[in-house]
Amino acid sequence: MKNNETKYPIFVNFLLHLHPYMLNKQAVKFSRTFGLGGINALLFVILTVTGILMRFFYVPTPEGAYDSIVSFQNQSILGTLIRNIHHWSAMFMVVAAFLHLLRVFYSQSIFYERRKNWYYGLALFIVVLAFNFTGYLLPWDQLSFWAVTIMTNIVEYLPFVGDSFANMIRGGETVNENTLLNFYTFHTALLPLLFVIFAMLHIWMVRKARGVTVANNNENEMVNVYPALIQKEIIVALSLVVFIVLFALFFDAPLLEKANPLISPNPSKAPWYFMGIQELLIHLHPFVATVVIPLALTIFFIYIPKINIDKDKVGTWLYSAKGKSIIILSTVFSSIITILLIVIFEYLLHLNQLNMLLFISTGIIPLFMFLVPSFAFLLYLKMAKKADKLELIISVTTIIFTSYIIMSLIGIWFRGEGMHLIF
Amino acid sequence: MGKNIFRRSFIKKAIIAIVSLEAAYLIFDVFKNKSKDKLGSEMFIAGNSARFEKNKMYPFNSGKFYLSVFEDGGMLAISIKCTHLGCIVQPNNDGFLCPCHASAFDKHGEVLSPPATRALDIFPISIEKGEVLVDTSNPIKRKGFRKSQLTYV
Repeated sequence: MKNNETKYPIFVNFLLHLHPYMLNKQAVKFSRTFGLGGINALLFVILTVTGILMRFFYVPTPEGAYDSIVSFQNQSILGTLIRNIHHWSAMFMVVAAFLHLLRVFYSQSIFYERRKNWYYGLALFIVVLAFNFTGYLLPWDQLSFWAVTIMTNIVEYLPFVGDSFANMIRGGETVNENTLLNFYTFHTALLPLLFVIFAMLHIWMVRKARGVTVANNNENEMVNVYPALIQKEIIVALSLVVFIVLFALFFDAPLLEKANPLISPNPSKAPWYFMGIQELLIHLHPFVATVVIPLALTIFFIYIPKINIDKDKVGTWLYSAKGKSIIILSTVFSSIITILLIVIFEYLLHLNQLNMLLFISTGIIPLFMFLVPSFAFLLYLKMAKKADKLELIISVTTIIFTSYIIMSLIGIWFRGEGMHLIF
Repeated sequence: MGKNIFRRSFIKKAIIAIVSLEAAYLIFDVFKNKSKDKLGSEMFIAGNSARFEKNKMYPFNSGKFYLSVFEDGGMLAISIKCTHLGCIVQPNNDGFLCPCHASAFDKHGEVLSPPATRALDIFPISIEKGEVLVDTSNPIKRKGFRKSQLTYV
């Protein structure tokens, strides 16, 4: 390291201070992290740069927003490309952040000294979604206007505070100029600040936990961070930039006609990452879909890292030999039960026509139709597979993730006019 | 050493106090909004009551309502906002249809088919000097249609 220090003082003192001088050889392997944390960080930088460029042109009013984007795309150099890069980076960031969450979860990297960082990670994930959602409205076209109308109306289903909370977000009863200004301020001022603060804590806590987890805690061979890690990081970063620029060259960010508050397109959908919630709302009573399930999930995700697992298991991909088969079984089970229930509720069983309280007929009954088979499945894992506590937790998490992904995919691709199923 | 801890704990407590003050303010605000102050009532002048024929429905897009006049002359100002997820309902033969998620409502705004669970909101109508006035800032939420909701000239 001495050599580098004298040769590239800025490089070593500034850029490298995010890294330790030496790190475990296993931590450098690409398949340990897939570079996902770094990818998210780089995407944030790309989004910041392109976002600042667009802020020079953007007019946050219902009259000006759409036209400012059209003229930015048509009349400024590389305007379309810059907007495309911003759009696709934002979309990829949701995916990359989710994959990062999956990576740390399935490699048992959230326990003990990393527990707090799991919570910071969840907070960052929520910030990423908020970023995406607030940015969604800014083009003020038919797609964004109605997607935000739908999402804020989903918020209205929260009991007691729903209406006033939704009105606070919107600055009124409907999506209007106040909403645009609110979202613009969140998107370009408050959320970047929050993100930077949380990201700094997030990265600092990785360092504090002595780096990323490794597969075998007894192997301690150390290597220099430069070139071992830095080279790989540069390769991943450059590949990502090339990929995004190419993608942005070939695929345009969507821009429909200007928003018209009097004409709803058919069908109107929430942004794709919230389609799972909209799908849930089609089948379940609003109280269950917006309160019971999110609350249960929050408690569950806070609880997971509090389990005391065998310290040797920390960092082990898929936890154990059984882990892999349990994850595959859970994925298959969850896919089948989710698709089956959606088809049943769509064509065979119309629970809202049962002559009883809606909360029971459309809330409790369908919830139990999902939970009872799930419990039976977990019981099977416990009895036949002798799954231990953490393997059951992994199974539950896999069921939740798979179910949400399936519901999202159905909502995005298999719902057409009037939100009916199409094949 | 003791001083250091004192300063740190002071800053920490100050931050907690400020954040909880802000949080309390926000929560209070959310609950306060619920008991809506009626200051902002905005009267939409729909026109002279003699203009409206029985058994007809008049769209007022800028006021965001449909003025329905029924056989007995009773009037309802029905909101164009679907109670499911806020899309704009379109009139059809039997009543209203939401293009977004296929909720259907009858001519009184009651739910004919889900996913909507609540009848379309209505706006209070008052009649002054023969003019039909609709208070578009105060939508009334309702479970279903009752005769008492009708306004007569």
